[in-house]
Amino acid sequence: MPEPHTGMLATIRRLNLTREAGLFGLILLALALIAPLYPAFLRPANLSGLLDDTALLILLAVGEMLVLISRGVDLSIAANLALTGMIVASLNQAYPGIAVPVLILLAIAIGAALGAINGALIWLLRLPSIVVTLGTLSIYRGAVFLVSHGKWVNSNAMSPAFLGFVRLSFGGITMLTWVAVAVVAAIAFFLRATISGRNLFAAGNNPGASIYAGIDIGWMQFVAFTIAGAISGLAGYLWVSRFAVAYTDIASGFELQVIAACVIGGVSITGGVGTVAGVVLGALFLGVIKNALPLVGVSPFFQMAVSGLVITTAVIVNARGQKASVRRILEQPAL
Amino acid sequence: MYRRTLLAGLGAATAVSGAGLWRPAVAAAPLRIAIVAKSLGIGFFNAVHVGGDEAAKSIGGIEVIFTGPTNTAAENQIDVINALIAQHVDAIAISANDPDALVPACKRALQRGIKVVTYDSTVADGRLLYLADATDEQVGITCNKLASDACGGKGKVAIVSATVTSTNQNAWIAAMKKALPQTPGLDLIATVYGDDLSDKSYREATALLQKYPDLAVIIAPSTVGITASAKAVEDAGKTGKVFVTGLGLPSECAGAVAKGTIKSFAIWNPVDIGYAVVEISHALIKGTGAAGQSIDAGRLGKIAFDAQGNGTLGVPTIYDKSNIDAAAKLF
Repeated sequence: MPEPHTGMLATIRRLNLTREAGLFGLILLALALIAPLYPAFLRPANLSGLLDDTALLILLAVGEMLVLISRGVDLSIAANLALTGMIVASLNQAYPGIAVPVLILLAIAIGAALGAINGALIWLLRLPSIVVTLGTLSIYRGAVFLVSHGKWVNSNAMSPAFLGFVRLSFGGITMLTWVAVAVVAAIAFFLRATISGRNLFAAGNNPGASIYAGIDIGWMQFVAFTIAGAISGLAGYLWVSRFAVAYTDIASGFELQVIAACVIGGVSITGGVGTVAGVVLGALFLGVIKNALPLVGVSPFFQMAVSGLVITTAVIVNARGQKASVRRILEQPAL
Repeated sequence: MYRRTLLAGLGAATAVSGAGLWRPAVAAAPLRIAIVAKSLGIGFFNAVHVGGDEAAKSIGGIEVIFTGPTNTAAENQIDVINALIAQHVDAIAISANDPDALVPACKRALQRGIKVVTYDSTVADGRLLYLADATDEQVGITCNKLASDACGGKGKVAIVSATVTSTNQNAWIAAMKKALPQTPGLDLIATVYGDDLSDKSYREATALLQKYPDLAVIIAPSTVGITASAKAVEDAGKTGKVFVTGLGLPSECAGAVAKGTIKSFAIWNPVDIGYAVVEISHALIKGTGAAGQSIDAGRLGKIAFDAQGNGTLGVPTIYDKSNIDAAAKLF
């Protein structure tokens, strides 16, 4: 019995490895194309800036990956980020005395609560996640108005400690990037080494079989949405302090880039498939493209189309591995 | 006796309701003037709202409805206009997100007898009057002068604008280019677009710093652009080498001015704009204003409109270390 199963897993793992190698190759290719034109782009200081820029995308993408693995999709993560960011920025403005670690923990808690609302609606009312999060996207964005009354919190209203945390530097790399590294490591550990993490793959991969195996699929989705929410909340603080401003529109539309990073990184939008390494590389690829486009001097009229073209090409290049999973889904019993 | 009182009472009631039928709620209901922002949650438009309320209070009998979309997309502003038409407001004062896309909606409002005024950013057609903050030429000359002051009269300059289609941003950039011969030391090398988003503006500014190591000044004629550019310069460790200037809100720019990233910048007073548009809208509703005439705008005095219906509030004010703190408290 276990024989064909392990065989399939091995195949998937091999395909993912080639996908990751391919992505890595694409990133190197992009860097190789930019380097001769703008040698400054590859200077350590600028690469560190690129990492900072991508750290937020990586953070949100690993959160989104958990949701996608559980067969859901979370469209509200950027709205969650904006709301949490606004709350902690407003608190910092009103009570500059609150220590930054306390605010960070608060951001994680608020984000987790917002994610848990999504998860609970999906789990308990059995609603499709795309519908629920489309609704909460608007609710959370709207709530930013309620919290801020439409006003901005700007850099001189935030305390130096609040703004300084993400810019602390260890070994030439900022705290922002270190936080992303820590979260990525934690999620990788969760998926690889914990029973819940394995159950998440099982629930997304084959819900029918998972129910017979005693895995509560709704609960696994709730867990995935809550963790994704907690990460969004953390990213909310990081975003607001990095760009030193909080207003309603921050990260507007960012959820699409996050989902794009996941898809490029080989996460199946039909659940059950995805690796942390793939997502990190997918986000890095997007980060390199986003940062290179302004340098290359593509007309602003075409920038969006060009980045869309690059994303689509990357997905097509990576689609070979996806074929196996499509067949697998067709084979599994209808739920 | 009793019967006569009753009759009289009935008669009075009939007269009142009869009058009500002919002219619904004349004296009781206030005139409703809608101020539409490019997007809610922008400090500039909140200050416009403050000014609008001030004028409404001083005129009396006016209710200001402050509204707008939650992002700067033109189609969302069309929805807002349609909703205001459905509410039968008396006047709409709007800062347009797109010069062409909003024309049909504005024309529909005019057909329904609603007075349409544009401020800050206009539409190509479908409005009675347009109150520009300053003439595009004034803005262009001011931005060039600020850039020239920042780099000591000679240096490379780049512009970080908002969206590619933004009406007033494009007009100002065109004016800056036209006025460049007056400041011959300035070398305009690039114009990039941050889409009024802090992360994209930050990225575009960072790319400018990488691409042009000898860049002297970044001009950003938008509040999001100027703050994001200042942050990018600061984070790149180029404070004091590259200066940021342009148009922005004092409250948003105060931090960068204190740090020295921004030496000076300009902005007109949005409170005055809000005050003026309510005065102008009120005059139009009363039938006392038209294109080609001057309109009495309360404490701001008379504002002249040309035959095309274009008027200007005035030259932008320049802010630096000396006067920013007081202004930052206001808007």
